Amino acid sequence: MSTHTMTDSQPAQFAFSPENKKRVKELIAKYPNGKQASAVMPLLDLAQRQNNGWLPRAAMDHVAGVLGMPPIRVYEVATFYTMYNLAPIGEHHVQVCTNLPCWLRDSDAVVGACKKKLGIGFGETTDDGKFTLSEVECLGACVNAPMMMINDDFYEDLNADTTEAILDELSKGGTPKPGPQNSRKGCEPEGGPTTLKAKKGSK
Amino acid sequence: MAKLTIDGMEVEVQNGLTVLQACEQIGIEIPRFCYHERLTIAGNCRMCLVEMERAPKPVASCSMPVGDGMVITTNSPAVQKMRQGVMEFLLINHPLDCPICDQGGECDLQDQALAFGSDHSRYDEVKRAVDDKSFGPLIRGIMTRCIHCTRCVRFSNEIAGVPEMGATGRGEHTEIGTYINNALTSELSGNMIDLCPVGALTSAPYAFAARPWELKKTESIDVMDAVGSAIRIDARGPEVMRILPRLNEDVNEEWISDKTRFACDGLKRQRLDQPYVRHGSKLEPATWDAAFAAIAAKVKSTDGSRIAALAGDTACVESMMALKDLLEALGSDNVECRQDGAALDPSCRAGYLFNTTIAGIEEADVCLIIGSNTRHEAPIINARLRKRYLMGGFSAGLIGEAVELTFPYTPLGAGPEILAEILSGKHGFANILKKATNPMLILGQGALMRSDGAAVLGLARKVAEKFNMVRDDWNGFNVLHTAAARVGGLDIGFVSDATLESAEIIYLLGADDYTANIPDDAFVIYQGHHGDRGAHRADVVLPGAAYTEKNATYVNTEGRMQQTRLAVFPPGDAREDWAVIRALSGVLGHTLPYDTLAQVRGRMVQINPLFGGDDSLQKFTWGDFGSGGKTEPGGFASPISNFYMTDPISRASITMARCTEMLLESDKGKTGTDG
Repeated sequence: MSTHTMTDSQPAQFAFSPENKKRVKELIAKYPNGKQASAVMPLLDLAQRQNNGWLPRAAMDHVAGVLGMPPIRVYEVATFYTMYNLAPIGEHHVQVCTNLPCWLRDSDAVVGACKKKLGIGFGETTDDGKFTLSEVECLGACVNAPMMMINDDFYEDLNADTTEAILDELSKGGTPKPGPQNSRKGCEPEGGPTTLKAKKGSK
Repeated sequence: MAKLTIDGMEVEVQNGLTVLQACEQIGIEIPRFCYHERLTIAGNCRMCLVEMERAPKPVASCSMPVGDGMVITTNSPAVQKMRQGVMEFLLINHPLDCPICDQGGECDLQDQALAFGSDHSRYDEVKRAVDDKSFGPLIRGIMTRCIHCTRCVRFSNEIAGVPEMGATGRGEHTEIGTYINNALTSELSGNMIDLCPVGALTSAPYAFAARPWELKKTESIDVMDAVGSAIRIDARGPEVMRILPRLNEDVNEEWISDKTRFACDGLKRQRLDQPYVRHGSKLEPATWDAAFAAIAAKVKSTDGSRIAALAGDTACVESMMALKDLLEALGSDNVECRQDGAALDPSCRAGYLFNTTIAGIEEADVCLIIGSNTRHEAPIINARLRKRYLMGGFSAGLIGEAVELTFPYTPLGAGPEILAEILSGKHGFANILKKATNPMLILGQGALMRSDGAAVLGLARKVAEKFNMVRDDWNGFNVLHTAAARVGGLDIGFVSDATLESAEIIYLLGADDYTANIPDDAFVIYQGHHGDRGAHRADVVLPGAAYTEKNATYVNTEGRMQQTRLAVFPPGDAREDWAVIRALSGVLGHTLPYDTLAQVRGRMVQINPLFGGDDSLQKFTWGDFGSGGKTEPGGFASPISNFYMTDPISRASITMARCTEMLLESDKGKTGTDG
């Protein structure tokens, strides 16, 4: 996938911002002395957030320098996890799950709505740089399938219409409400609880 | 000890071994790709699966420690089926390109597919393909062939100590490489070619050059540095095709440096294949008779005592012996093998040897390096130091340039004054040395080539004595040589105090990197194999043999006497070096009393009984060496500025030239974040 291969146009420099530098210190302090390499994942995440959602090589090298580890060890981590993007991505990273439970609950409709609405395929970014569409493996919200993740938020119990509504709202600059997009509350059954409703003492 | 049953045989093995090692001990071969005895265990190829009683699944024998009462089966139909299954998976994405693969004929995958694989493939999906990677001028990467055993990754992390290789991506998208496609900068990188069980990493200079079954294999010794690594010379007809390491636990284990391995293409260029005689400003081709006649004419008109000889870094003991005898017969004792002017003291053998021995490094706990960049001067010894560091409980200090070694050290300072401070106990490192059980010091040529070299040598001796480095059971005093010829030269006394200034005839025996001034009006005879600096200055050039072209004796920096073997014949009119000198002696009227190599070696034994022995080391006798003079300020500098080009052979090598270019390029383009 394109966001997981290193892009050709790389910025020459990367350094943590002053406030992130403080955060780096806190993150490293979580691990025992001499084991600071353990902080590589949160640091990469921090770098990615600082750099509009993607990790340039300079950022990986910088993290390697901060943690005193060989750069290749950082590249290994950054390329292993799909959550690290190695090429520029859109403002909203739309990640649609197409694994079995979501697919059984018609994730195809969600994918179709995204492709139609955004006019792009998987691994592509809209011309205005607002959206990047990705196909992802299970994100662990099967109980609310089908689902997609946009940046840090889960949107669940989707269908074609609610998907389009969410994308519409985002392109207008709004913030759609995360969570189930139907009447469900969290992962309770649709229409409210069905078990354990009896009052205390009754049979 | 653990008692276990393997294939019905009761065996007792050491605790902590793995099942695979236990099987090997009783002679059962387990197929493997990722397991390598000198690397950490990865357990990811699954080829070594065996059956273990009461285990629900097959176990990977390479990573299963032995236990008491284990019952292992390695030859059941189930195990055969497992191996066949693993093999099928490994071959799923492996291209069927053996006919165009350089590994063909010496490929673990090929061999094991034949032995354990199926006769056909059931896979008809699309195979995975991986972009080829660039690893620099030495290694060719065809990564579609890679089976992800990660031997190369572990090698670069552990042995080479230059972590540049890694496995990026995940699952089907896993790729082995440097990710950023930079050239590998390790001096040991070529060993990854040997480690690679498939054709993913192959030798770039040797690409498509030969098949292993066409090659004549000769076991020999390397002379590119003073380590004396065991090598195998693979030749086809008159051409050395490649050089591979040979096992020698005491010296190089199974590694060789990139220079040892790849400089062999320099044996084909710039060669002296016929005698030359200078007429005016030009060297003109001549016959042996004409060349000898020119020398004889000059010698006749010169006082015998004004003849001097200088031996180069790759001169063999036989030729130095013959030349020394010839000069003695002519009335001169002005012979010198220390062409770089190092203040080595020939009076005490322990004073110029690597006494701890290379294998002995593993017993040291503190190492003081004085004026040496071990990584460039002897990558194999540096690898041993790194191995010792990885074992834990080891500290090192370095006096000299703060170079990048592959193990951490404390930079102590630049010059001899630091050594004096350590001796007086004023320096902090003195405490560390005092507390050490087996302290050692490594004295590099950079510290001895200075004008105060003798004083530095004396100082180092005193440090060794003061910090209990010289005992009956331990000798921690080490001189690290850079020239393969040096110890042998010192051993037969190819040294004198005379200078070249008054010499009228100077005989350069493969000497190109001399630091002494050769007088302008001196008559220079150059005997050697390459048209390098020495031959350019010469009035008569006598073509000799390179180390692959003669049976010759070398003594390594430890004092280990070893012999090279003739793999190919010298080109053209070139002849074995001692024989050239023997022939010349006849023309000069002082015929040397030996006609065969055995007789020359007999003469060497007369001078030093060491040459009558084998390659084992002798017990040292300590003595008084070095001077007590004053040292001068100024930091030590390593004599090697470019690892890839140190002698006439590597200077003539195209591969080494490419490496040099890469080295300079990477220096220029450094961003500060790489490496």
